[in-house]
Amino acid sequence: MSSQKADKLGSEFLQEVIEGTPGGERIVHCLQCGSCGGSCPNGADMDYTPRTLFALINANKKEEVLRSNTMWCCVSCYFCTTRCPQNIPITDIMYQLKRMAIAENMASGSDAPALAKTFTGYVDKYGRAFELGLASRFYLLNKPFAMLKMGPMGIGMFSRGRMSLTPAKIKRVDQLNAIIKKAREIGRKS
Amino acid sequence: MKYAFYPGCSMEVNAAAYDVSMRAVAKVLDMELAEIDDWNCCGATEYFSQDELTACSVVARNLAIAEGESNQLVASCAACYCNLAKVDKLMSEDAEMKQKINEALSAGQLKYKGGVRVRHLLDVICSDIGEEKIKEKVVRPLTGLRIAPYYGCQAVRPISIGDCTEYPMQMDHLFEWLGAEVVDYPVKAHCCGGHMPQISEEQAFELQRRLLQSAVDYDADMILCMCPMCQLNLDAYQPRVNGMFGTNFKMPILYFTQLVGIAFGLEPKAVGFGKELVAGLPVLKKKLEAVSA
Repeated sequence: MSSQKADKLGSEFLQEVIEGTPGGERIVHCLQCGSCGGSCPNGADMDYTPRTLFALINANKKEEVLRSNTMWCCVSCYFCTTRCPQNIPITDIMYQLKRMAIAENMASGSDAPALAKTFTGYVDKYGRAFELGLASRFYLLNKPFAMLKMGPMGIGMFSRGRMSLTPAKIKRVDQLNAIIKKAREIGRKS
Repeated sequence: MKYAFYPGCSMEVNAAAYDVSMRAVAKVLDMELAEIDDWNCCGATEYFSQDELTACSVVARNLAIAEGESNQLVASCAACYCNLAKVDKLMSEDAEMKQKINEALSAGQLKYKGGVRVRHLLDVICSDIGEEKIKEKVVRPLTGLRIAPYYGCQAVRPISIGDCTEYPMQMDHLFEWLGAEVVDYPVKAHCCGGHMPQISEEQAFELQRRLLQSAVDYDADMILCMCPMCQLNLDAYQPRVNGMFGTNFKMPILYFTQLVGIAFGLEPKAVGFGKELVAGLPVLKKKLEAVSA
């Protein structure tokens, strides 16, 4: 992805972030204005707001960045992205940092990677999301005690016909899986 | 007018009220929504946090299927709209990504050339059908009903459905046409928490509290959604939000299409009333005497 456009003078970590993010080369234009953190609904809970994170990336502080909770606080609301005066795709950079943290095994402290894996596991298998499967499997494996508090809501959803016991399945799951397999192959090569 | 339609996974069960009301309203407005063949889940945010190319390819399979059916693809869910619109835009702007995604699609004998315009249902109703035709269909004006239009995030950001990314107005206008009192409250495009209830209840419920509190502060009778995730978060978790903050919210959370249907004279049951966990019908009855259960 557009790595040739990037500022090669930056840190190695910066290059990795840029290469994995469409439009990521904009990160070098960060003005440290703080619009991102100020726009973020979860900014107050972040170890570092995005602009601080970008400065750390520039300084090659890979482990500090990838072990931080910042990207796991991101709810993909895109306020930072549309408000950034330098057009940095901040939300997409957060996705890249999530991917890197998972790959480097530094994503400790958040259940988000497990949720993502469970969710996409069902999509790989059926071509569709499966809410009951996701809820039960994710909670049983990751936070069984929190599951108890979900009881009344689950009953409310069931009694109104808003939760299915069985997953929906697409006809051409094989085709979807061939596409996913190929995408992962290409991704590994580049 | 005929559109290709991408329902998304939630519509069939969890958001059945959105599905049934959308279809009923589309019928009144002579909109044909033709579901695309064998569509798959858009992946929500979950593939993107694991593998960019897989995430895009999973979305692009739907764009490729739609391209054979129509040049306009309508989504009813904000997250589905966001993913479809983002991948379409990415493929039109980034030749290298387009080539890679199409290489992945070729494993399933598919290709996306880039000929689909991704729309959200709200924009189609407001822009294509428009004020005049909608006003013609009103038989039960929503006079006296104070509705809080809730846009959430992903239909207005990063790629707006045709409206402002900061302070969208389409749903506001639509409900003015229907005779409702539209509540102008400051958080109408703020976040419902997305998948956060599963990750961090503290963070998720605080975001939901802000939305509910603002709607109460501005004296709304109900919040209207245009996304199944927003509706689920604000409706189903409302008792838990009350438990965490000691609040006493009883705010009905409905889909905008349900209230459009009511204004068009459809019966509450026919537009999915009763599926929501915080009951909407008592408020509707109290405010609109003309409505019978």
